[in-house]
Amino acid sequence: MAEKKKWFQLDLGLSKAQGSGSCGCGKDSGDCGSHSDHPDKEYRLTAEEFDAAVEKELMGETAVSQTQKDGFQQVFDVKMDRRTAFRKLTASLLVGAGAVHTSCSLTAGNETKEKAQIDWEEQFKGNYKLMTKEEKQATVDRLVRSYQLRKKKNIKMSSADASKDVLFGYAFNISKCQGYMNCVSACVEENNQDRNSQMQYIRIHEMKDGEGFKFNEADDNYYHEVPAEGHFYMGTQCFHCDNPPCVNVCPVEATWREEDGLVVIDYDWCIGCRYCMAACPYDGRRFNWSKPEVPEDEVNKNQHYLGNRMRKKGVMEKCTFCVQRSRAGKDPACVEACPTGARIFGNLLDPDSTIRWVLENKQVFRLKEDLGTEPKFWYFMD
Amino acid sequence: METIKAFMSMVKDSLGYITHGSRTYHIWMIFLTVIMLIGMYCYSIQLDEGLSVTGMTDRVSWGLYISNFTFLVGVAAAAVMLVMPTYVLHDIDFKQAVLIGEGLAVAALIMCLAFVVADMGGPSVLWHMIPGIGVFNFPNSMLAWDVIVLNGYLFINISIPLYILFRHYQGKEAKASVYIPGSILSVLWAVGIHLVTAFLYEGLQARPFWNNALLGPRFLASAFAAGPALIILVLAAIRKFSEFRIEDKTIKKIAMIVTVAAQINLIMLISELFKEFYAPTHHSESAYYLFFGLEGKTALLPWIWTAIPLNILATVLLTFHKLRNNLNVLYFCCFILFVAIWIEKGFGLIVPGFIPGPYGKIAEYTPTWIEIWVTLGIWALGAFIFTMLAKTSIGIELGKLRYRKKEVLDSESV
Repeated sequence: MAEKKKWFQLDLGLSKAQGSGSCGCGKDSGDCGSHSDHPDKEYRLTAEEFDAAVEKELMGETAVSQTQKDGFQQVFDVKMDRRTAFRKLTASLLVGAGAVHTSCSLTAGNETKEKAQIDWEEQFKGNYKLMTKEEKQATVDRLVRSYQLRKKKNIKMSSADASKDVLFGYAFNISKCQGYMNCVSACVEENNQDRNSQMQYIRIHEMKDGEGFKFNEADDNYYHEVPAEGHFYMGTQCFHCDNPPCVNVCPVEATWREEDGLVVIDYDWCIGCRYCMAACPYDGRRFNWSKPEVPEDEVNKNQHYLGNRMRKKGVMEKCTFCVQRSRAGKDPACVEACPTGARIFGNLLDPDSTIRWVLENKQVFRLKEDLGTEPKFWYFMD
Repeated sequence: METIKAFMSMVKDSLGYITHGSRTYHIWMIFLTVIMLIGMYCYSIQLDEGLSVTGMTDRVSWGLYISNFTFLVGVAAAAVMLVMPTYVLHDIDFKQAVLIGEGLAVAALIMCLAFVVADMGGPSVLWHMIPGIGVFNFPNSMLAWDVIVLNGYLFINISIPLYILFRHYQGKEAKASVYIPGSILSVLWAVGIHLVTAFLYEGLQARPFWNNALLGPRFLASAFAAGPALIILVLAAIRKFSEFRIEDKTIKKIAMIVTVAAQINLIMLISELFKEFYAPTHHSESAYYLFFGLEGKTALLPWIWTAIPLNILATVLLTFHKLRNNLNVLYFCCFILFVAIWIEKGFGLIVPGFIPGPYGKIAEYTPTWIEIWVTLGIWALGAFIFTMLAKTSIGIELGKLRYRKKEVLDSESV
């Protein structure tokens, strides 16, 4: 926390002093009680401080436990449930209170004030990549609250960091893919992509048998029954390069490679210059040319700050290997949706993972290897 | 104290000077203002709806704005070709031209910055780019370098003429020991801004059309042709519309620079064409698209086949002394050369970089009217700023604007 901040931050005296200590109560040493099993019995903390304290405790524990647990165990983590439950309780209390306030009209301005306050702090917050854990949590809380205030609906937003000993990789079986595009629609639904412009992270290229990989003659925007006679299919998306050209060129470090290999974007830090888009050799990046719109009932409310949370106009976005899912131990939506089993995802550092088996037992290749980008996306055939 | 007072007086006098003028001057400024207002209106639409109102898409993600930006960096860099002989080599012929050249550089740089801002998706968070306040990806990102060199060059080109004009305004000679180091720095810096801007494209392994070692040198050659060509046209206009005397000798010397740069540019063009078409590889597809079209998509053909003949014609005409020394021919050559390089270094460079796309998709780009009007608005802004700068510096150089000599305001007639 003592590290020098590289960005400008407006201190309106609202962020409280809690960030300075290692504990939500502000104490640096000694037992303050908030780490005990029944923190609610002792000390009178405000709801937010308590939430933050529980949050911190949980994050500390899950970071450790995630290295041991995998798969669905992480999702059904009891502690995550408690946290969600607590959040929902606070949220409903706040919404209820808001409703009462509005009906009484005397204090109706409060919500507007809070909205303005959140907008102000969001406008002048720093780069997510350089935030401390507390600051990350604070911005996530603000975004959740902001959604609540605007849409009267609750979303769940994670700020989970990369786990230790995890490096995500992806393999695509060209023999299996039949071009059904279930992956594309699952991706759009999972990641809250703009429906008006029909933005899609995944492109499926339909190629002619016997002609090899001729991308320039392939159709990546077909509307006919598949599999078409005499054709094979190949999917592309962001390859999460180990040496990503897009990261180098960003003038404000709004995009970077995380410890687990995911190349992510801080949508709020992006200035929309589209230099990364010009630098990407794989057509992996998309830009919000207009304000992205998703019908309210189609919004995926299980979100991650770096993943599928709602974007605004004028910022870049792209595939994150569904960070909201992959960091919770699940497969990305495209992998889950694929009816043919052409898509394989997993931890490259786990010797028992399927992806490792594929890399070790199949003849794999990557696209445009001569560019030195080191994609973590391999193709193979049966 | 006296200095501050003199400076305040200069600002006041200049403000008075630029708001008074002949009927032609007023019509010109009103015309530019109207264009600027239309441009601003179109930009407000763009701000409101997003960049979807432009012709740019995920396939061709840079267009008219970045094209003009690239070209204007070259125009700005060209001021150096006048600065060097005047300040460093003491070639007196250029002295009248150099203040004009630096004014042009300032206007071009402001236009560059305006084009970059117009192209941004989130202009409200541009502070993220300010070093110290935001996070600046230096030295990794070439765009970060570009921000530094463009703003630095803007600073140099404002401060040197300002110092000289301020001294002249007070009726004193400018001290060479003050402006010579600045001039030498600006000479090096001018090469820097154009090279860095070229590196912005050159460094992208994803775009073979740009990833080409000749790009930087060719940028410089074309800049030193188009920039001074514009200066010649501007000097011609100034000669016509003001009492400021510019010798034929000065214009002819600048014409020499234009000629040599245009010849070098043509040689490099031939080298580039040879490489792309003698042994075409997969990486030559963009050049094929630019010159011949691909799969029936031919949007750029009229542009590039206007640019190439104009470029060759201008270079050939300029090469003959007799033709170059005829001022009317010279002005014509400068004009067509300027247009040719604007097409070549703008549209002809940026758009084919994206076509075909990374996987061979050929999606064409056509600018929308909103985009075109914003572009025209920014050009009008540049012309507006340049007119004001040039008028003031001419006023000071002619002695019409002098410290404690207010009465000239009423007698002037520009």
